[in-house]
Amino acid sequence: MRIVVCAKQVPDTNEVRIDPIKGTLIRDGVPSILNPDDANALEEALKIKDENPGSEVIVITMGPPQAVEMLRECMAMGADEGILLSDRAFGGADTCATSTTIAAGIKKIKNVDLIIAGRQAIDGDTAQVGPQVAQRLKLPVVTYVQDVKIEDRKAIVKRQMEDGYEVIEVQLPCLLTCVKELNEPRYMTVGGIIDAYQKEISQWNHQDLKLDPRACGLNASPTQVLRSFTPPPKGKGEMITGTNVNEIAEKLVGKFKERHII
Amino acid sequence: MFFNETHEMIRKLARDFAQKELTNEILDTVEETGIFPNEIQEKMAKAGFFGIKIPKALGGAGGDHRAYVAVMEEVARVSGVASLYVSSPNSLCGGPILLSGNDQQIEKYLKPIVTGTKKLAFALTEPGAGSDAGGMTTTAVDMGDYYCLNGRKTFITMAPLCDYAVVYAKTDMNRGTKGISAFIVDLKAAGVSLGKAEHKMGLIGCATSDIILEDVKVPKEDLLGELNRGFINAMKTLDVGRLGVAAQSIGVAQGALDEAIKYAKERKQFGRRIADFQAIGFMIADMATKLEAAKLLVYQAAEKMDNKQNATKEASMAKFFASEICNEICGKAVQIHGGYGFIKEYKVERMYRDCRVFTIYEGTSQVQQMVISGLLLKK
Repeated sequence: MRIVVCAKQVPDTNEVRIDPIKGTLIRDGVPSILNPDDANALEEALKIKDENPGSEVIVITMGPPQAVEMLRECMAMGADEGILLSDRAFGGADTCATSTTIAAGIKKIKNVDLIIAGRQAIDGDTAQVGPQVAQRLKLPVVTYVQDVKIEDRKAIVKRQMEDGYEVIEVQLPCLLTCVKELNEPRYMTVGGIIDAYQKEISQWNHQDLKLDPRACGLNASPTQVLRSFTPPPKGKGEMITGTNVNEIAEKLVGKFKERHII
Repeated sequence: MFFNETHEMIRKLARDFAQKELTNEILDTVEETGIFPNEIQEKMAKAGFFGIKIPKALGGAGGDHRAYVAVMEEVARVSGVASLYVSSPNSLCGGPILLSGNDQQIEKYLKPIVTGTKKLAFALTEPGAGSDAGGMTTTAVDMGDYYCLNGRKTFITMAPLCDYAVVYAKTDMNRGTKGISAFIVDLKAAGVSLGKAEHKMGLIGCATSDIILEDVKVPKEDLLGELNRGFINAMKTLDVGRLGVAAQSIGVAQGALDEAIKYAKERKQFGRRIADFQAIGFMIADMATKLEAAKLLVYQAAEKMDNKQNATKEASMAKFFASEICNEICGKAVQIHGGYGFIKEYKVERMYRDCRVFTIYEGTSQVQQMVISGLLLKK
């Protein structure tokens, strides 16, 4: 099987702050990391590879040249190959333009059986790029995947819901976006790191992808971020305590009535 | 300066691993039970920590001494005892076989060490022969088909957990250090027994005991390296061993400094942070400066080894200085914590005990001074 994993290098949001005046992210000195959900996507691909010897895992990303670092990390975990889509023309892309570029990259890879992406990236939190890539490649997509089984040319997946899960059978090739409950990403290995730095990483620009610069990056982005801000804290919730469920429920209903909610 | 991108990524791996796996909860349990979890050892093996600088062809990761130092440092920063589990296969246990083992011995003993399926101890020290290894009294007599070993080895790290041990024994009583040979001894063989595990001050979670050999038959194929050349094998192993202890020392010292800085910023007395008192600030400056100097010595020794240069002096200097300042830094970290530093709930209490042995094992500070001065004052 040839599996493509879509990954993104993101700032470690645990360490990002927002400039209170300009409303922009302060990225200085913030380490870049492999987007956590994408690590789950890669782990799943590597597991499928472990179970199906001869399979190949290719990680693709769009980003600035320093995203190579993240690709090396993926290769040190066990990916066979890393591809960086990097070009000034790709800069300033929203999810719509990003998916155009990534879909073009996957088309160029050819004969892909399965594409796995993380549910969403921790910097933008849109969860749009995965499904959009599937749309552009005219492939079926299942989002929020928490379990995957591959059986002859189809995938049987569990799709996470708020209060349970759906079991969905989907034909290959398809695209899955996964949640962190899917698996526990493996560590890199020392030997894997050493090998990863000895391998070449392909870098493709808009010409390699046969993309018109007007069809990618800022030029092809119908949405723009106007402003980022830290929402004001909601304030502390009120905890209702009581000796049993009935008492708590009674108190709660009382509160609702007080505020004319019911 | 000393590290390239590959080393930095390896350091990152070790740091992530140590932070995620070696949680306070686990480390407290290790202290209480004296047992280091197998699952963590398995994960270490999987991550390639047991064969960092063992060539790929022999089942290792194919890294170098600097990669080894980076992993040791980051693991020791969180847990001294965990770093012993990393150093052992890379250094004292894997070392002798990597240096002198033949193909069969590498296949049978070294590869399983790297995968973590077998453990091997390094048995040099004896009750009456510590720094003076040449004074050992363990003997190996050639019986034709096999060697017959008799003697007692002491303070053998991990012996109770091991499958095999590399035992150094006299094969020629009249030739001093030139009459010592190395043997791989199966610890389940008839005539081998272990003393009780020692109650140690620190590094709890890695049992240490005596190995007693009474008419132990060691097959001829388990002679490691050439006859009567065992002492050189031991000394070369210890060269790398010293680098490991030096890396352990800067790791634990960094951990103690981290804790001291954190505490000095949190703790308030007389209406301000204790960090704002010059007495504390200067202690932190002193600790950080000495640690930085020690790191440079350790990295330099590792780089020299990677460049295949003789690094005996550098390794001794690194081990000597790093282990001494580690004790100093841990002592000061406890001091900065005041009464809380004396309480087990604070990490510095453990670090203070763990590092005490660093100036002692694998050549005391005084032996390092002998090595360094011996090289400088050679006739």
